[in-house]
Amino acid sequence: MNATSLSLDGVGIRYRIGAKDFVAVENVSLEIAQGERVMLLGPSGCGKSSLLKVIAGFQKPASGEVRSDGRKITEPGPDRFVVFQEFDQLFPWKTVIGNVVDCIRLTRKLPRAEATSRAAKILEMVGLADYFNFYPHTLSGGMKQRVAIARAWSVDPAILLMDEPFAALDAQTRASLQDETVKIWRRARRTLIFVTHSIDEALYLGDKIVVMGRSPGRVLRVFDNPFAETRDQPESAELRHQIRALLAGNQVTAEEVQ
Amino acid sequence: MKMPGFNWRRIVVVAALLAFWEAAVKISGVSPIMVPPLESVIGSLIGGIRDFTLISSTWATLKNLLIAMGIGLVIAVALNMLAFVSIWARETLQTLAAALNPLPAIALLPVAFLWFGAGDASLLFVLVNSVVWAMALNIFTGFSTVPVTLRNVGRIMGLKGMALFRHVYVPAALPYIYTGIKISWAFGWRTVIAAELVFGATASSNGGLGWRIFVNRFNLDSEGTFAGLLTIVIIGLLIEAGFQQVERCTIQRWGMADK
Repeated sequence: MNATSLSLDGVGIRYRIGAKDFVAVENVSLEIAQGERVMLLGPSGCGKSSLLKVIAGFQKPASGEVRSDGRKITEPGPDRFVVFQEFDQLFPWKTVIGNVVDCIRLTRKLPRAEATSRAAKILEMVGLADYFNFYPHTLSGGMKQRVAIARAWSVDPAILLMDEPFAALDAQTRASLQDETVKIWRRARRTLIFVTHSIDEALYLGDKIVVMGRSPGRVLRVFDNPFAETRDQPESAELRHQIRALLAGNQVTAEEVQ
Repeated sequence: MKMPGFNWRRIVVVAALLAFWEAAVKISGVSPIMVPPLESVIGSLIGGIRDFTLISSTWATLKNLLIAMGIGLVIAVALNMLAFVSIWARETLQTLAAALNPLPAIALLPVAFLWFGAGDASLLFVLVNSVVWAMALNIFTGFSTVPVTLRNVGRIMGLKGMALFRHVYVPAALPYIYTGIKISWAFGWRTVIAAELVFGATASSNGGLGWRIFVNRFNLDSEGTFAGLLTIVIIGLLIEAGFQQVERCTIQRWGMADK
């Protein structure tokens, strides 16, 4: 059994909308092992992104607590790097490699030469060898996300948080970025927490699939997934069916979660 | 390097206008004191460059404006930092800027006279006023429209306070900061000439371009007056072209210019 990397204990999240308190997530407890890939799967409004924000440290939970490596999370930090869904998460005033080099230097205080060779290596790995000196606005959405992933891995975070990073991409680009994610994960085997609303994506990328429901947002069930890194295995049909049924039982149509 | 906004049609138009000027003066027989012919204006321009007086006047004007813009920028940034920490400072900044921005700085001349007398301090007071509010407002808009995602990325990298400011807020707000400086320049350039017309004699050893055209007119040196005006136009155009060049190499290159 691996050491615990992250533990959520009775986490509740509330938002204030006008004069009303809105419960986004209620009483979520999870133990995530070091190096585990955990997918937070659920329909819009189930609080999966809110949960990620709390883990990242952008938001304080209304109740419960989150501990990373035994320490209570109080603020964002490079040990829990986030890849966002938005394409505009790169610094537009920096080139592709400049974005990664800057990130390495700001988080790890490495000398420029070392940071540059490290950045180059990672960018080559995600297929951006020819784009080092491009500015982000000249890249496609998929390439921007590639850079964002490279930047996140470049600091070698204990936990990588990905908030539906491929949701706005076309199917083909999405598949290739999923492959890239697997490839990079295999090298370092860091903890990965990935928010998605796609069952296929969860089955391909996750060791564990946390299925969430809404009204209020909560964990319905946690599945172990032996089918990670494989696509359309006949054996995975049963698990897929279970997840779909679970989500449907939460008054969500199958179409809505794809 | 090609000058932005400069093409052969523009050259033809400029040449035509100058030819029209020359021809109109020659044909109408207007007194050269009213409208001097182009050649004598050019002669005066060259003479002013040769004996260095035009250059030192131009430099005096630019120096005054640059100093004022430097002071204005420091004040604008300081006000914005205060606005960053306190909601009261923010309200004060917005109210002051909204009230003083539309007031032509030159209208403050009488007050400046009253407070600082006729001298460099008055000139600076008026000039700083003409530049600071446009800067402050634009910088404020720039800082308050930094995208949440970029701010969050900075925080993930562990940036806080001044470091977050330097690595995320300032570069992300550059298009607005740049606009602020450009507008300030435009206001300031107009104001400095006007202020020199009034203050030039006492302001400093050299009264600048504004004072120069005033004195030239006083001496019935119309060529000198027109040469001064021409210089003001040319410097203005050159600086504008410089701004465009800077814009190309920075925010346009980064795809941030459409903001």
